[in-house]
Amino acid sequence: MSASPVWHPAASRQVLENRAQLLGYVRGFFSERQVLEVETPVLGRHGVTDVNLDGVPAAVDAAGVQGGWLQTSPEYHMKRLLAAGSGSIFQVARVFRNGERGRRHNPEFSMLEWYRIGFDDRQLMAEVADLVCGYLGCSVPVSLSYREAVMSVAGIDPMTIPDEELKQYCEQWLEPEQLAGLGRDGCLDLVMSFVVEPELGRQEPVFLTRYPASQAALARTSEDAGFEVAHRFELYINGLELCNGYWELTDPDEQRKRFQADNRLRRASGKPEMVVDQAFLSALDEGLPACSGVALGLDRLLMLKVGTADIQDVLAFPLERA
Amino acid sequence: MASYSTNEFRGGLKVLLDGDPCIMLENEFVKPGKGQAFNRVKLRNLMTNRVWERTFKSGESLEAADVVEQDMEYLYTDGEFWHFMLTDGSFEQFAADAKAVGDTVKWLKEQDVYTITLYNGAPLSVTPPNFVELEVVDTDPGMKGDTAQGGSKPATLSTGAVVSVPLFITIGEVLKVDTRSGEYVNRVKSS
Repeated sequence: MSASPVWHPAASRQVLENRAQLLGYVRGFFSERQVLEVETPVLGRHGVTDVNLDGVPAAVDAAGVQGGWLQTSPEYHMKRLLAAGSGSIFQVARVFRNGERGRRHNPEFSMLEWYRIGFDDRQLMAEVADLVCGYLGCSVPVSLSYREAVMSVAGIDPMTIPDEELKQYCEQWLEPEQLAGLGRDGCLDLVMSFVVEPELGRQEPVFLTRYPASQAALARTSEDAGFEVAHRFELYINGLELCNGYWELTDPDEQRKRFQADNRLRRASGKPEMVVDQAFLSALDEGLPACSGVALGLDRLLMLKVGTADIQDVLAFPLERA
Repeated sequence: MASYSTNEFRGGLKVLLDGDPCIMLENEFVKPGKGQAFNRVKLRNLMTNRVWERTFKSGESLEAADVVEQDMEYLYTDGEFWHFMLTDGSFEQFAADAKAVGDTVKWLKEQDVYTITLYNGAPLSVTPPNFVELEVVDTDPGMKGDTAQGGSKPATLSTGAVVSVPLFITIGEVLKVDTRSGEYVNRVKSS
């Protein structure tokens, strides 16, 4: 199709003002709390190993560095700053995730990421609530464990349901041959996306906590009621996932294992393996101070503020117009 | 044949699903932050016109369907087929069967231009323009001077279509009709 490209912005002038105001609010919030604003590279030499995150490959060619990746999050660089003694830091970063486009996704988006030295997940959740509810004027979020949420909305126990039963449950969306290539966490993601998420935060904001350890990513894990769970949290308002936070893993050996496990999963699903970022591991070897960190989608926060269900309404130029 | 992966899914895409050509109506991308991405897709089966909802894992793909839409002029019917000709100057002709023509048969006027959907080179469906102009061939006698009054009556048009028209319409007048609703729009000034 040869339709001429749209040159007009997608967001209204009013929303552009709302965005500017949000950025001012965020900077004021952290300045008051003496959290240092930093900038780290958008273009990095390494991408992430996470099997469900695809970076946008770059084609840099300078100083002997070739290739590179537009970053999916500023996490590794920010943790290197932490290891180097930066103290608590925040960043408003542009991040990139290939293939992600929909009413809640644009491959390039604005992420607010921050790290608090000495905080555990509970303390950071309280700060997220202050930031979000101070901006939206919403009520204080309630906490709900992943297990409780899935059991109450979907009626299955995500910790104990046998793989076969879980697959049968998922047959309402996928054919058996499609399910064959989907692991347990993939099935749980399906249940989460199609059944649980739309119900989360309808009445009041909800922190989803205590994820299955298999979905820990870079969070610490511990035992809770007989199950290994991750110290990971996400905030949902009106069915919209706003942020993802961890009580951060600081053990470099465990981190190495998780990178290797990620690459095994990548291999198994036919995705290219990613070169592990040795600089990041070296920083962990040196010692990441105990901290919690969270990444929050600013575009989605803006969507809630202006009351739209489509991310396109808060972006000057979504991908199709960029 | 080419195929489309989930990253290429978008409204308007023509794909094969369970062997039938379909047009993608909506593509909803869902993904929990750190989790597996899925595409929930609504498609209309172009053979049956039924709307299907399907879910795909990120990275799956669908075969492209050889479906194209082309403007063609309606020529005539031989009773079994309705014959159309490309308006691109090639004079190439296509014969559509009753199934392809469907309800559009009641809006077919010779020399008017229609959109023909071709599947593997054969007419799959015929879409009329939003408005057609057709002559009234039968209706109850008109009531002159009653233009402002309400009320309506059926009128049969040259193609056999029956539309509800105001009482003042008479035989021989040409009417503009909305083919989407089948409703009378206005009279067309006759020469």
